[in-house]
Amino acid sequence: MKHLLFAILLSAAGAVWAEPSAIPPGARLAATCAACHGTGGDTKGSTLPALAGQSQQALSASLHAFKTGKRESTIMTQIAKGYTDQQIEQLAAWFAAQKKTEAAK
Amino acid sequence: MKRRQFLQATGASALLAGCATITGQAKPHIVVIGGGYGGATAARYVRMWSEHAIDVTLIEPNASFISCPLSNLVLGGSKQIGDLTMSMKAQHGIRIVRDTVASINADKRTLALASGATLGYDRLIVSPGVDFMWDQLPGMLKPGAQDRILHAWKAGAQTTALRAQLEAMPDGGTYAMTIPPAPYRCPPGPYERASQVAFYFSRHKPKSRVLILDANDDVVSKGPLFKKNWKERYSGIIEYRPSFRTADVDAGNRTAISELGDKVQADVLNVIPPQRAGSIAVQTGLANANGRWCGVDFLSFESTQANNIHVLGDAIAVAPLMPKSAHMANQHAKVCAAAVVDLLAGRAPDAHPMLTNTCYSFVSDKDVIHVTSVHAYDAEKKTLLVVSGSGGVSPGASALEGEYAMNWARNIWADTLG
Repeated sequence: MKHLLFAILLSAAGAVWAEPSAIPPGARLAATCAACHGTGGDTKGSTLPALAGQSQQALSASLHAFKTGKRESTIMTQIAKGYTDQQIEQLAAWFAAQKKTEAAK
Repeated sequence: MKRRQFLQATGASALLAGCATITGQAKPHIVVIGGGYGGATAARYVRMWSEHAIDVTLIEPNASFISCPLSNLVLGGSKQIGDLTMSMKAQHGIRIVRDTVASINADKRTLALASGATLGYDRLIVSPGVDFMWDQLPGMLKPGAQDRILHAWKAGAQTTALRAQLEAMPDGGTYAMTIPPAPYRCPPGPYERASQVAFYFSRHKPKSRVLILDANDDVVSKGPLFKKNWKERYSGIIEYRPSFRTADVDAGNRTAISELGDKVQADVLNVIPPQRAGSIAVQTGLANANGRWCGVDFLSFESTQANNIHVLGDAIAVAPLMPKSAHMANQHAKVCAAAVVDLLAGRAPDAHPMLTNTCYSFVSDKDVIHVTSVHAYDAEKKTLLVVSGSGGVSPGASALEGEYAMNWARNIWADTLG
């Protein structure tokens, strides 16, 4: 027991702050999609598509089609209209770079 | 290790971490109060976005996470409370302490737990949800009143107890629900609840009635959609009475009394009380908007009242057209988590945060309507505003949106709890 307590104290007190790298703008933006599409775009659901690992071109084309209303949807047209074309490209690039299984931990 | 020893160890190491950080040497320590949609998400994203370089302690008294979203389906009979209950497991290296916070010392950056231990922090994230303003309904302060008249506005035992009252009610009876003036937690929630109770009555007690006593002048969210569905599905069951401002409750007679003195007796009376930020936030002086809600800087969700303390979720003084919803709390949490990591790393928080909101409401066991919006920071107005042209509601209720709603639940639960 004493050893364990000591170990905990030591590890916390001795831990050195390794400053994390900057959070990519794409990751911040993509976090707005996660509540419906899963953390990192890796969906746990069956009907909402996984965004992780889709091609950048396909994601970009889908989001633009939602934004202009060319692609019919219940909700995505209303959401896509909230993002600029530049933000859509950032989202498409970021999700394309994620892996489909537990993209982000 | 015994619980008490664990807490002491946690407190000591955290204090050490807190002190050492001033000299920029040890790992920073974030404490999160509240393991709901806001707090649990913030804890996870601080860990994730700091690449596990920041220690996170989450303080939550409940062993289980019970989702408020979907809990109206328990009243309608198509879900059980167990379907919405998940255990709070320590994931992503988050240290979970099952306790409540007795007090916060913002100057010393410490907090005292109800168990007596003290924790230090570099930054504190407060996500306490709402508490009820019972003093505005004097009759509800009488002994036994709160056991007899339920709110079921925090999912759990109250939800199943209200379901039991509905089951015990004879056919031909009246269920009445009072709605407080906005803002309150979950703007469409009361109207979804009315739909769910009416769904249950339509199947099992067709002579019964649902009476909505709304303090607001009209349905607060998705008004035309709810009214259309009530007319089409529950004609003769649901009656909507706007501008009924409940001022008191006679719990013994299950009677709601309006500020004009109108009395409405029901067989099952469900009182959704007026709400404010969770008591720890109020007690710490963070609720600087009418003593009810906590003002925050929307770039970081840092309190406008106290340095190094951030507030999330239903407890904040909202930006224009921002609902108090689980989805919105999830989004607050991510902007806050990113800002906390940025600030501890000596970087400025993102100047252009974005948030979305989506609220699905079940008008039957399967058919669903939504409201959605996208919010962006306006540097001039220093607040989050709905992006022009974005957002909207469903054209009508559909089973497809019901599927989406269930997928939303699975994904946001996984996003929150890991």
